[in-house]
Amino acid sequence: MQYALAHARYQLLELVRTPVAVFGSAFFPAVAMLFFVVPAVGHDTVGATYATAAMVTFAVLSANVFQYGIGVAEDRAQPWDPYLRTLPVGPAPRFAGRVLAGLTLTYLSLLPVVLIAALLTEARTTVAGFALAAATVALVSVPFTLMGLAIGYAMPSKAAIVVAQLVFFPLAVGGGLLTAPGQAPAFIEAIAPFLPTRGAVELMWTAVGDFRPEPLSMIMLGVWIVGLAALAGWAYRRDEGRRFS
Amino acid sequence: MILARAEQATRRYGDVLALDRVDLDVSAGELVGLLGPNGAGKSTLLNLLVGLRRPTGGRVLLFGGDPHDPAYRRRVGVTPQETGLPGSLRVGEVVDFVGSHFPDPVPRAELLDRFGLGELARRQTGGLSGGQRRRLAVALAFVGRPRLVLLDEPTTGLDVEARHALWDAIRAFHAAGGTVLLTSHYLEEIEALAQRVVVIGQGRVLADDSVAAIRGVVDLRRVSLTVDDLPALPDVVRVERDRERVHLLTGDADQLVRNLVAAGVAFRDLEVRPTSLEEAFLTITADSRPADAGVPTTV
Repeated sequence: MQYALAHARYQLLELVRTPVAVFGSAFFPAVAMLFFVVPAVGHDTVGATYATAAMVTFAVLSANVFQYGIGVAEDRAQPWDPYLRTLPVGPAPRFAGRVLAGLTLTYLSLLPVVLIAALLTEARTTVAGFALAAATVALVSVPFTLMGLAIGYAMPSKAAIVVAQLVFFPLAVGGGLLTAPGQAPAFIEAIAPFLPTRGAVELMWTAVGDFRPEPLSMIMLGVWIVGLAALAGWAYRRDEGRRFS
Repeated sequence: MILARAEQATRRYGDVLALDRVDLDVSAGELVGLLGPNGAGKSTLLNLLVGLRRPTGGRVLLFGGDPHDPAYRRRVGVTPQETGLPGSLRVGEVVDFVGSHFPDPVPRAELLDRFGLGELARRQTGGLSGGQRRRLAVALAFVGRPRLVLLDEPTTGLDVEARHALWDAIRAFHAAGGTVLLTSHYLEEIEALAQRVVVIGQGRVLADDSVAAIRGVVDLRRVSLTVDDLPALPDVVRVERDRERVHLLTGDADQLVRNLVAAGVAFRDLEVRPTSLEEAFLTITADSRPADAGVPTTV
């Protein structure tokens, strides 16, 4: 654990030294809040609350897919990476440290969304709802963390940047993150339950409001988590085998 | 006590045989130099010893155990050939971070002073000069109070003064009982530091001997002459023919010329040149049977 904290601290230090990295993952969701949520549903308590929860999910998706996908791929290209493997600690603390740092960054990138929602819209939830939502963020980070890791370990950094962008936008739109529950165009409503973003946002909606998640979305979210875990594990072992066998 | 050992260690990368049945023992208190041209297998051998790669044949032991197990790497310090430091971190932060992996790290200020980096503790590593980065990479090998350090071309890219300062630090570590295995392709560096030299070429151990003995083998002269008929001559390591030009590689050019004259050989255009270390290696390594080159060998 002490090693995991050292690694998390080291990762966060690196991030803080390039503040634009933190800014980047907070920027999109905050701008989307200002452009789409505040003028459209800002005055409507239920609509604004659901839209804010959807933007939080959006921020979780983008923070995780980008920071793991690109961060891991870039780290693998540096000679510092094999050097760390000569230190007397196995891979687990590095991994745990990376996830701790990733979660910290995810929460940081949510701050603007939550502030905008509280100050500029009628979005409201209870203290319990807020706490539950905060915990749900960690839970729904799981599939997107695994997705980012799979991309980062499977690809060189130039390819990882492109693939992260390619998967990010369809997942956000297709999962219905940019539309209120039940308000998306029919074809999005049809495909949404099969995407991990839908299950994630339904859990967020449940946390902050009076929403009942669809069983199909929940089952598919579970399927995605298992599938992405297998993919990330495969990519990690393949990378190990190729470079450190 | 043997701190690092390779037993018939073999490593292939696809079709390329990087290491071919290498045997090596490094005992506590030794300062061993691994000498060889680029691509000889030096770095591969070090990578096997620190667990970065697994041998495809044979085995390697670090402190008697598998170097893949982190527990056996606790008393080892490493400087890789390539200097990669996280550019946005400060020098002191990198030292603290690496030190946090060891039970009793050397305090940051003490370590940096030892390597002449005390002034730079607050600088980001991305802003250091190449030489400063290299010194920091070497310093990091010592942060965990290791018993054994593995240094892969530690002084590459350093100017003369920095190189000598680093040599002093390595000597001080050795004098205090530390064990060192370092690679170099400068014979001068190995001579300045090591007592024992292991020459590697084409993935094999070609020689394992004292510095003086190796110097005698690789310190060759090239005697070139134009001649029609050449008798057999003693102490010629290698003969190369290029049309009517004959090149003789020898450890004692003076005696060779005397022998040529005494034998009444009708030669023209005599030329004597020192060989580079690289050339000397090629001479040894080009020979499939090292013993024929007069090289003491453990194979």
